[in-house]
Amino acid sequence: MSLATHAPVFIVLLPLTASLLCLLFSRVHRKLGSWIVQAALVGSFASAVSTLYAVLEKGSHTIHYWMGNWEPPIGIEFAVDPLNTSILCMITFLSLVISFYGKPFLKDEDWLHYGGYYTLYGLLTVGLCGMVVTGDVFNMYVYLEIMSLSGYGLIALGGKKSMLAAFRYLLVGTIAASFYLIGIGYIYSMTGSLNMADISVRIQPFVHTPLFAFSVACFLIAFGIKMALFPLHGWQPDAYTYAHPGAAGLISGCMSKVPAYAMIRYFFYVFGVNNPVMGGLLDVMGIMGVCGILIGSFMALAQFDFRRMLAYSSVAQLGYIAVGMAIGNMYGFIGAVLHLINHAFMKSCLFLVTGGISYRFGEVNLYRLGGLNKKMTVSTVAVCFAVLSMVGIPPTCGFFSKWYLMLGAYEGKQFIYIAVLVISSLLNAIYYFRIIEQMFIQREASLTEIHKPETMFGLPMEMVVPIGITGIGILALGIYSMNIVTYVLKLGLPEVFLR
Amino acid sequence: MEALNDFLARRGIYTLVMILFFLGIYGMVLSKNYMKKLMAMNVMQVAVIFFYLCFAQKEGGMIPILVPGDVNPLDYINPLPHALMLTAIVVSMGTTGVALALLMRIKENYGSIEEPDVLRRASK
Repeated sequence: MSLATHAPVFIVLLPLTASLLCLLFSRVHRKLGSWIVQAALVGSFASAVSTLYAVLEKGSHTIHYWMGNWEPPIGIEFAVDPLNTSILCMITFLSLVISFYGKPFLKDEDWLHYGGYYTLYGLLTVGLCGMVVTGDVFNMYVYLEIMSLSGYGLIALGGKKSMLAAFRYLLVGTIAASFYLIGIGYIYSMTGSLNMADISVRIQPFVHTPLFAFSVACFLIAFGIKMALFPLHGWQPDAYTYAHPGAAGLISGCMSKVPAYAMIRYFFYVFGVNNPVMGGLLDVMGIMGVCGILIGSFMALAQFDFRRMLAYSSVAQLGYIAVGMAIGNMYGFIGAVLHLINHAFMKSCLFLVTGGISYRFGEVNLYRLGGLNKKMTVSTVAVCFAVLSMVGIPPTCGFFSKWYLMLGAYEGKQFIYIAVLVISSLLNAIYYFRIIEQMFIQREASLTEIHKPETMFGLPMEMVVPIGITGIGILALGIYSMNIVTYVLKLGLPEVFLR
Repeated sequence: MEALNDFLARRGIYTLVMILFFLGIYGMVLSKNYMKKLMAMNVMQVAVIFFYLCFAQKEGGMIPILVPGDVNPLDYINPLPHALMLTAIVVSMGTTGVALALLMRIKENYGSIEEPDVLRRASK
């Protein structure tokens, strides 16, 4: 028994321990707690990478980690396969990088705020990682609530208007959690099991019953609310706009992607998409996704607030993931998962840059960014990468996920999706290129500096480095996307596509 | 009459629970006071807890504590949903706590927890 066999549990355990100790140590020294959380995030990232290596070592296989060595249908297990380890690496990496970013915002705060922020931040990471790594249905509910509660806290820290956004998100998020509980209640009463692998076998005699359809609809509503799928996205623009700028990158990047992952896990791995109920459900998801893509893009076009525009753009981008699932063949699936990872990087990068702009100039209006390329060089370059990737121009990563989505739609003869993808790419180009136009071409806007630049890049070093890393990450994900698909994602395909 | 009796015996409790659940959502959507919205949210969560407790029930089952000599599972009710609901109660308490804290801050900031007032002051 070496330490590496326990790596799956360390991904969750290290940040959990650290964030519970964080406030205590912050009392001793203001910054000590944050260092402990960051050290734990380093450990968590290392465990995620070592788990990825362990999973890929013998080709495709699933590692089952039994809690307390109780055998699965009775005990709780962590199940890691190529799909969720790659997402775990993404979450822990982004969480580690963005943890540095919050420090300049907290410079003048006392120990309680400093420690409290990092406690919530660590717990948010715990919730995100736990939801991805767990192999138990009810366990996922607990992690969902950990994620949501710490998310409400981080959104409420953002200032005066954020309380209202957080409270509304809390009400809507609780409805989502209740629907999820009802869904697993039905699943449990049908199968008598809470373990995902066990359910996927035992559910098969029930897949034609109305009960199954009802529980699947509950899952769709629950995760649809949490991932802000189109008609259920009402909470999302306010929450993203007013979230604490230090954590907005993680909240916007990962918090809506993890429910999307949970949806993929349930629909493709646990229930299997090869039955009529799931076929109908995927059609519904396709309609929701298409409406979300179009309406999200149009709403983004109408916004003046940079952050709100990004929030509506998220609605559209999550529509892509829903469409990828709805296409329902191998390429569509790969496109959805790839877009999930890519979009986390793009949106984090953009939110980090908006946070940087509002940190230095206190400005969030889209049309007052003229001449920013001279003042914040690294940020503008990163924005360029992110924007090109959003529109889908190679070699940035956005191109490849859209390519796989289109390939899937072509193979499934669902040409309407191709049309929607092309139209939305054009809309993306319209509303993202105006940022580039503002930054590079427009004459200099008169901006008042709140914080004088400390470095040659125009922002404190703690903020420049995360922006740069996510910007480079967008390029790297694009260049290595072939390797990611061939060596990681294709090994973790659900059984439905392998037959 | 026979059909009604049969329906009430088999599905009556679930119907009531569902009505309670959707009453909760109805209250959350329609009431104008944030405190009332929060209470409606708690009603909804209680409905979910009832739902679990209902399907754990079994005719002729006794409390799930092992009686010496009786290892037949049909004699006991299912303890697992009760255990799950203990967790869900704790979670709902945590959610309510966070919501109350947020409400206090909203009251401090806007001087009211009536939705129209808060929205008017927030849009200023």
